[in-house]
Amino acid sequence: MRQFLYALATLASHWRRRPGQFAALFTGLAVATALWSGVAALNDQARRSYDHAAGALGVGAAPSLVAASGGFFAQDAFLAFRRAGWKVSPVIEGPIRLGDKAYRLLGVEPLTLPKIARDKMPEGETLDDFLGPPGRALVAPQTLRALGLAEGATPALGDAEHLPPLAIEKDLAPGTIVVDIGVAQRLLHRPGRLSRLLLAEQPARDAPSLETIGGDALRRVEADDAPELAKLTESFHLNLTAFGLLAYVVGLFIAHASFGLAFEQRLPIIRTLRAIGVSLRALAFALVAELMLLATLAGAAGMVGGYLIAAALLPDIAASLEGLYGAELDGALGLTPGWWASGVGMALIGATIAAASGLVKTLRLPVLAIAQPFAWREAQRLWLLRQGALAALALAGAAAALLFGEGLEAGFVSMAGLLLGAALALPLPLAAALRLGEKRARGPLAKWFFADALQQLPGLSLALMALLLALSTNIGVGSMVEGFRRTFAQWLDQRLVAEIYFEASSEAQARAIETWLAAREDVAAVLPLCKARTTLRSSPVASSWPVEIVGAPPHETFSAHFPLLEARADAWGRVARGDGALISEQLARRLRLALGSTLDIPTPTGNWGVEIVGVYPDYGAAKGQMRVDHAALAARWPDARRLDYMLRARPEDAPAVMHALQTQFGAGVARIIDQASLKQRSTTIFERTFAVTAALDALTLVVSAIALFASLTTLAAARVAQLAPLWAVGVSRRSLSWLEFARVTLFAAATALVSVPLGLALAYDLVAIVNVRAFGWRLPFHVFPSQWLEVFALALLTAALASLMPIRRLARVAPASLLAVFANER
Amino acid sequence: MNAEPSRALLAPLLLALALCASAPARAAGFAGLGDDALGFAEPTPGHALVFPRDHGAHPEFRIEWWYLTANLTDESGNAYGAQWTLFRHARAPRDGDGWDDPQAFVAHAAVTTQTLHLFAETRARGGVGQAGVEAAPFRAFIDNWSFSATEPNLSGGEITAAAPRFRYSLRLSAEKPLALHGEAGYSRKSESGQASYYYSQPFFSVAGALAVDGVERKVTGRAWMDHEWSSRPLAADQKGWDWFSLHLDNGAELMLFRLRSDTSLPFLSGSYIAADGATRALARDDIVLEPLEQSLVSGRLLPIRWRVQVKSLRLDIDAKPLNSQSFMSTGVGYFEGPVSFVGSQSGKGYLEMTGY
Repeated sequence: MRQFLYALATLASHWRRRPGQFAALFTGLAVATALWSGVAALNDQARRSYDHAAGALGVGAAPSLVAASGGFFAQDAFLAFRRAGWKVSPVIEGPIRLGDKAYRLLGVEPLTLPKIARDKMPEGETLDDFLGPPGRALVAPQTLRALGLAEGATPALGDAEHLPPLAIEKDLAPGTIVVDIGVAQRLLHRPGRLSRLLLAEQPARDAPSLETIGGDALRRVEADDAPELAKLTESFHLNLTAFGLLAYVVGLFIAHASFGLAFEQRLPIIRTLRAIGVSLRALAFALVAELMLLATLAGAAGMVGGYLIAAALLPDIAASLEGLYGAELDGALGLTPGWWASGVGMALIGATIAAASGLVKTLRLPVLAIAQPFAWREAQRLWLLRQGALAALALAGAAAALLFGEGLEAGFVSMAGLLLGAALALPLPLAAALRLGEKRARGPLAKWFFADALQQLPGLSLALMALLLALSTNIGVGSMVEGFRRTFAQWLDQRLVAEIYFEASSEAQARAIETWLAAREDVAAVLPLCKARTTLRSSPVASSWPVEIVGAPPHETFSAHFPLLEARADAWGRVARGDGALISEQLARRLRLALGSTLDIPTPTGNWGVEIVGVYPDYGAAKGQMRVDHAALAARWPDARRLDYMLRARPEDAPAVMHALQTQFGAGVARIIDQASLKQRSTTIFERTFAVTAALDALTLVVSAIALFASLTTLAAARVAQLAPLWAVGVSRRSLSWLEFARVTLFAAATALVSVPLGLALAYDLVAIVNVRAFGWRLPFHVFPSQWLEVFALALLTAALASLMPIRRLARVAPASLLAVFANER
Repeated sequence: MNAEPSRALLAPLLLALALCASAPARAAGFAGLGDDALGFAEPTPGHALVFPRDHGAHPEFRIEWWYLTANLTDESGNAYGAQWTLFRHARAPRDGDGWDDPQAFVAHAAVTTQTLHLFAETRARGGVGQAGVEAAPFRAFIDNWSFSATEPNLSGGEITAAAPRFRYSLRLSAEKPLALHGEAGYSRKSESGQASYYYSQPFFSVAGALAVDGVERKVTGRAWMDHEWSSRPLAADQKGWDWFSLHLDNGAELMLFRLRSDTSLPFLSGSYIAADGATRALARDDIVLEPLEQSLVSGRLLPIRWRVQVKSLRLDIDAKPLNSQSFMSTGVGYFEGPVSFVGSQSGKGYLEMTGY
């Protein structure tokens, strides 16, 4: 034990003498943990919110029966199932609008709710309050805060309707409002209609079957099916995870570089320790204990950083999830024990990976072996070979994933393989270039410059690899985001042609507004939209996918402007006839549908056979969408939502029309917006989505700068021994400093050069594979040379900043220290 | 002294506890049974019950229940008990349309054998057709359970219930009249004015089928039906009761109860219904109910063997349950199970115990 403690103290003394190296190691591990755990916290938070939303009062936590065609069904089904002995509980849900925010109104029947949900319902006398009149509207505390209201308030829902008095129920998901089923049916204007039947108990074995009671109108949905939101947002979170992992890997590069150097520099200490009788076991224990201690400390610091990163990114993530998927996230970050454990675990694993090779090398050291800190030179050829082999392996993996893999995971694997392969291969061209330089160089100083750089390569290669990863990610993600931004802006211009968009607060209001608008001369056209939801299945893929179906009337606004990727010549005519449908690009990919495919859409009035006559890009939502004729949809979906309108008017008349509408109908117009504001809002959502990407991207670059700085600082101390002979033969300290600076800058420039093609490959992978698989849309591939210049400048700046301190120290090193090199026995 | 709390105590208790997860703290009496009946109708003496109208629901009263217990025997001579109960509870003294209807229902069904006691509970809102009670022809129903009469005077009918492990379908017939408790059906509950309307049909003979765990048996026997409604049937100090409905082998019927108070002596009452259907109220000091043996049932100590005496009838019997574990673990638990008795008379019946 005492031996172990002395060994540990001796080893730890190294860090006291090299605080910079310790800082680099600590930072590397902490940053890796921070980025990883930050992303994990965001993903956890989102996942909890989805489960919460799905599990609100057991809706989704229990198996249930839903309309086979999607949408609502008659309440009679509830009675039919109860009378057949099935313990079902009726639920109706739908969107409502308070102010300009949408909420999910959930109507439940507390007496028949499954037990799991009943436990969350009000108890005692408050149950009578809930049933009313006037009843209660249960909301999460966050929702109440967001509404800016107190318990007991009865916010108005557009025209004359009010919610029952609000009451807090802390277990509810934010954005969900729970009321009694009767209240919900009234507020949603769906009397006698239901959206699902929860199964409180499994039906008895001898009970009539589902088909006997309900025919094929209802189908069973199991509770353990992933909630719809989780399914939709899966890709988004995978994207985040991939970025978190990339940052983690870059962080490990730093830690690995620092550990490697530390082990090299501590070989004399270890030799001495072994020589004075410290057992190999005590030494191993000491090294491992040191590693674990470091990892735990750095991990803890990283967790704090991760929390800060997650807290900073949460608003953007929440905004883009809400904008893209309609998913509401709890605004306050909740941290679970699992998150802490996984974060510290990742730090320990990271430290072990980073230290493994150094540890093994140290422990295999023969007691009397002479430490050769710079014996790497001899092994360089072997090292390069190994790097090359590993790179080839990684690239082969990438190719295999690309060729044989499917899905987003395979896309990321190929991307990771490509990045890793390229990073590992980086020293090869650098070494070749340096050898060539050495051969061609004239004069001893120039020859020395190249030879010395070649010798420095292994020590710096890890930092350069980290820099390469960061730079190429920067180029790749930058091109993807910039390309997307342009495509998106162009798409918005084509898609948003109507001058005014609004939403009526109820169907009655909608009819009244329609009549009123028709009489106005400054309104050129009133284009009502009709919306329904269903779940589509297609034969090529077994899975089903939630789809929004939008019905629009035949009008030049659509046929002349609506952006299509591909279409039949008579597409709009076919749509107007009711036997043609346009589908969004992501739906086409998801269900493997193409132009000319036929599709049976389940509707409440039976299946509706349509042909796909066009495919359109839809960057506004990740959910699948389909567009059909307004009248055809309304005829098949009696319950379809008919509240959304587009108005055509002369642009200069638009403000007056909007004003008149609002004056005339007040709260009867729930949401009204002009074209420019709608574009602005869409762009904001877009920017917030990619703000997260940009932030992680920038953090990765910062990490790689730290890596370079750490490597240079640690190397600088050892450089004195190599520079002293040059100084002794007459090269000034100033010249030496310049040479050092030139070397680092050259390395960085070479890395930046390599990063351009790698970044482009990455951008292509993102645009052509990852985006398509994650979001279902294929963007045009753009190249932005100005970005490359930026990255090049960034690389040089990073290198210059990182080398500044070590080189300044070198320029000011006391001649005595340089002389001391010759006095030392080394 | 002819007050008859009888099952009036039980119904609101079950409703209050089945509808709500816990008893309201401010409630007076037992599970809110002493609460004010503000706005609800109150039973009045001298009011004549009119049939078949009064077989139906009385939404202007807060609580109401239809209760049937049957002592059955299969072809091999094995004894069974069957229970069917529908409770109604109103949040407001009115009917309503659809989900706005303030009426709510809870139903219990049970089957007892010598070794098994199986029970089920189901709940419903009124107004939408999931549960309800119609007067003529009489039909009380909830989900796939129902109690329906073929005759306007309830002399014939059928009762069915199904649960995961049991189901029964029993035909009922009675040739004797209904028994009106108390003063022509006005049944006093306390000195301070609590009362209910309460009548029974104790003479049902039963034949039908009963299945336990998938094994169906033909059964025959006798059944007792109660219908009672009120708005505030219980005094604040009344905490539980022991209730008997007994079919005597000589063809007569006996209903007895003991109401336990935490501030005064127990309150005893009952009705004797002779074989010809003539009903006589029993005075408090005419009845002696004496626990003989206690047993641990579902974690509670319950008196499961009783000595029952009615002095004016020279009746002295020893009653014990078919299955001492006939406990209904629904909401707040209560004991409801078939009993048999020997002594000066022999026969079968049902025992209900609450508040232990």
